[in-house]
Amino acid sequence: MQAQSAAPDDDPRAPLISFSGIGKQFTVKGELLQAVENIDLDVYQGEILTLVGPSGCGKSTLLNICAGLYPATAGDVSYAGKPVEPYNPAVGYMTQSDHLLPWRDVAGNIAIPLEIKGLSKPEIKAQVEELMETVGLSGFGGSYPNQLSGGMRKRCALARLLAYDPETLLMDEPFAALDAMLRMRMQIEIRELCRRLNKTVMFVTHDLDEAVAIGDRCVVFTGRPGTIERVVDVPLAPDRNILHLRKDPDYRTITADLWDVLAPSITEDR
Amino acid sequence: METPSRTYIWVLRAAFLVSVLSFWEFSSGRLASEFFISSPSAIAVQFSRWVMSGTIFYHGAITLIEALGGFLLGGMIGMIFGVWLGRAELVAEVLDPFIMMFYSLPKVALAPLFVLWFGIGIDMKIYLAATIVFFLVFLNTYTGVRAVSREQVAILRLMGATEKHLLFKVVLPSAITWVFTGLRLSVPYALIGAIVGELIASNRGLGYLLANSAGQFDTTGVFAALIGIMIMAFFLNAAVKLLEAKAMPWRDLNSKREMSI
Repeated sequence: MQAQSAAPDDDPRAPLISFSGIGKQFTVKGELLQAVENIDLDVYQGEILTLVGPSGCGKSTLLNICAGLYPATAGDVSYAGKPVEPYNPAVGYMTQSDHLLPWRDVAGNIAIPLEIKGLSKPEIKAQVEELMETVGLSGFGGSYPNQLSGGMRKRCALARLLAYDPETLLMDEPFAALDAMLRMRMQIEIRELCRRLNKTVMFVTHDLDEAVAIGDRCVVFTGRPGTIERVVDVPLAPDRNILHLRKDPDYRTITADLWDVLAPSITEDR
Repeated sequence: METPSRTYIWVLRAAFLVSVLSFWEFSSGRLASEFFISSPSAIAVQFSRWVMSGTIFYHGAITLIEALGGFLLGGMIGMIFGVWLGRAELVAEVLDPFIMMFYSLPKVALAPLFVLWFGIGIDMKIYLAATIVFFLVFLNTYTGVRAVSREQVAILRLMGATEKHLLFKVVLPSAITWVFTGLRLSVPYALIGAIVGELIASNRGLGYLLANSAGQFDTTGVFAALIGIMIMAFFLNAAVKLLEAKAMPWRDLNSKREMSI
C-alpha cells in the first residue's frame, strides 16, 4: 500500500531519513517471513514521528534498518542523502529493555559513549554529572542498574543516549514496561527534551494514545506483512500539555479516527 | 521466616563438629580398630608435631607452589584461548569436537605421560594441575564470551565503539562472571592435580606425606596429611571468593537486595 505523505509536497526541506520501497524478509525456522513490504516514508529533521501498529507489524524492523543493524531485502534507505551502512553512527537507539551494563553503575553506564569518544576523565565526569541532572538522576551515580526502579533505568538509558548526542533518536517502545503514571511523565519529559535539543525522533509504540500524544506526525501500520496504512499530521500544538490531552477535542477526534484504522487488524490476524 | 542469628548457627556448627569428633574418638579401638581409623586425638598430636617441626609447612609450601603454579598457568592460557575462540567463530567451530574429546579425558590419566616428559620434579605437577585448570577456565570463559548480549554489542557499535572498546567494555566484563566461576571451580582441581602428581611420583609435598604415611601403614599420618590438604583448600577457596567480590561489586549487591519475584 502506498503511503500518503502528510508532509506538504512543496516542503523545501529534504527529508533526513528516507525509506523507499523497503521490504524485509526473515527466515524463521526455515520459513520465509515477510516482515515489512513496500514502505515509503520520509522523516524530517527535528520532527517526532511516531510509528504505531499491532505488534509484529515490522515497526522495529524499520528502526533496525535505519540504524544499519541489518540491510533491507528490498528498497533503499538513505540518511541525510547517503545510503545507510552498517551501524549508522548518527542514530541512537533506545529499546524496551534498556541494555544497561549491569557491571557499571549509573555514572559508568552514562560514561560509556564518552569513553568511546575518548574524552578525558574530568571531562567525562563533568558531562555525566550534567546528564544525570538533565534526566533527573542526580545523586544516583553510584547505584547499579539492578538497584534502580524501571523508571530510573529508563532515565539512565536516556542519559546514555544523550551522552553521545546522536542527531536522531530511535525509540522502540521504550516505555512499554512502565506503569501508566510513570509512562506519562516520561512521555512529557522525552517530548520536552527532544524539542529543546531539536532531535529527530522515530518512536515506535503499539499504544495509539502514546503515538498521538508524543508525535508531530503519526504513521499507522497494519499487519503482516507490515505496510503503512496512513500517515497523519497530529493537529496538536508543539508545546502541548500531555497531562491534559484527555480533554482536548482534537486529540479525541484523531485518536478515534486512527482507532478506526487500527481496529480491523485486531480481529484480522489471529 | 525469622533467620536464625549468626552466633546461633556457629554454636550449632561447633556442637556438630564436637559430636562427630567425640563419636570418632569413642569408636576408635572400641567399634573399629585404631589401626584403620586412628583417633582425633592421635591425629591432633601428629599434626601438631608436624607443625612444630615445620614438616607440614615445608611440604605444604611445595604443594601450594605446584597448585598455584598450575592454577595460574592453566587459568591464564584458558582465559586467553577462551576469549580468542569465543570471538573467532570459525576456529571454534573447527576445533569444537577435538576440544570436547580432550575435555572428556580424565586429565589425571595424563600423569604417567607427564612423568615421562617432565620427570618427577615440581614442574610435572604444575603442568598436570595446569592441564586440568585449563579446561575448566577455558570452557567457562568461552561460554561467557559467547553469552555476551548481542544487543549490548549492537548498542555500543551504534555509539561508534571499535572492536577493542567492545572487548574491554562489554565482552570481558560480561564474561568475567563465567571466568570467575571457572577459576573458583578450578581451585580444588588445581590441588587435585598437584596431589595426584605427588602421589604418583615425588619425594616432597603433602601428597608425598600422604603416600609416605600410607606406605608405612600410619593411618594417623594419613589423616594428618589430609587435614593439611583440607586447610590449604579452604584458604585457597576463601582467597578466590574474596577476589571475586572485589572484581564484581555488582554481584554482591545483587544478593543483598530485597527479593522480589
